[in-house]
Amino acid sequence: MNNPSHPVLRSGVLLGLIALLGTGLLAGVNELTHERILEQEKNRVLQQLNAIVPLASYNNNLLEDVIEIEDEVFFHHPESLTVYRARMDGRPVAVLMNVLATDGYNGDIRLLAGIDSSGVVLGVRVLSHRETPGLGDPIDIEKSDWILGFTHRSLLNTQTKDWAVKRDGGQFDQFTGATISPRAVVNAVHNTLLYFAANQQLLFETMPEREGRDDH
Amino acid sequence: MTTNELKQILADGAWRQNTGLVVLLGLCPLLAVTNTLVNGLALGLATMLTLMVSNLSVSILRGLLKPEIRIPAFVLIIASVVTVIELLMHAYFYDLYRILGIFIPLIVTNCAIIGRAEAFASRNSPLPSLVDGFATGLGFCITLVLLGALRELTGRGTLLAGADTLVGEWGRHLTLTIIPEHPGFLLAMLPPGAFFGLALLIAARNAWQARRPAQAANTLLLDSHET
Repeated sequence: MNNPSHPVLRSGVLLGLIALLGTGLLAGVNELTHERILEQEKNRVLQQLNAIVPLASYNNNLLEDVIEIEDEVFFHHPESLTVYRARMDGRPVAVLMNVLATDGYNGDIRLLAGIDSSGVVLGVRVLSHRETPGLGDPIDIEKSDWILGFTHRSLLNTQTKDWAVKRDGGQFDQFTGATISPRAVVNAVHNTLLYFAANQQLLFETMPEREGRDDH
Repeated sequence: MTTNELKQILADGAWRQNTGLVVLLGLCPLLAVTNTLVNGLALGLATMLTLMVSNLSVSILRGLLKPEIRIPAFVLIIASVVTVIELLMHAYFYDLYRILGIFIPLIVTNCAIIGRAEAFASRNSPLPSLVDGFATGLGFCITLVLLGALRELTGRGTLLAGADTLVGEWGRHLTLTIIPEHPGFLLAMLPPGAFFGLALLIAARNAWQARRPAQAANTLLLDSHET
């Protein structure tokens, strides 16, 4: 067994060498692409955020001015949510909250909701969902403009009873054959506004003051 | 290796032993991503590249690979190649990467690739192996593109939608609206549409083949041998 030319040993070493070669290749390519992949991911998040809060309306580094919140009373689920804070010269402009609607038709609907400092919705977008194609998926901006119906809404201009789809006596359209998906989104946005109203102070609370944005 | 033999390899891979339509390997990605032409083309190209690199590497190493370790060695090689392609796509074709998502790493599990490594590359020298990888990949890619085009056309009335994810911003202008005001045919876009579409393509190929009796018999023989 100790003979180095034993066929099993030889095969093992050979396999090891191939594994080493593969690993080396992967490590090299990973090194080459790592930076760019991170940048791509960052750009994508920024793109989503800027679709709601225009680039010109804030001057802090959105991606770094972030807090995590969790509140089961308002959101009915225990997950922590990311909140991006937009500021102009340190003055609060808007928050962008990652929101989760857990009562969709099929799994969680991930939303990004932008609310300005006066409590008015700047815009809402669906980040990911698994609603039925053709029925529930018009909540996605790629499929229909429905989600734009939240823009400019606030707790002041839309009563609590109106935060519902029309079938439930509210002001928001449902889709043909699909009420559950839009209902879930409407509820999630409403809850977010309620949370914002109750926690506005906390949401904008600054960590140690940052200098203006350091990229773009 | 004569030109004739290389031509033979090309014809085998791309048509007579077409992975998608004849050998019926790698159907999972084939059915899953072909809801548009561009998605099909992208996965087809990635698979083709994988096949070429894996065939070439296996062929170069074939003298060293003892029978008992060849399968794990193939898997290592294929997995490395696919992961490299995945990283490159993630970095340089980010939108496409998001659309194809899990199906890029799943190229590893496409049995057509390990099949070619075992059946061809481990027994032939590098050049024919490379050509075989190219031909098999081409055949697979053509099937994906055809199925993608068929489903996109019936499902949404367009062709080349989403070309910008492959070639950049200017690709937006490439989208052809063949059927204006198409109401959308959901069945074609969902997985069942993929099965129907593939069935139609296979039937069309068989019908075409049946009209050339001599060659058809030949193909049948090869088929039963291969699968």
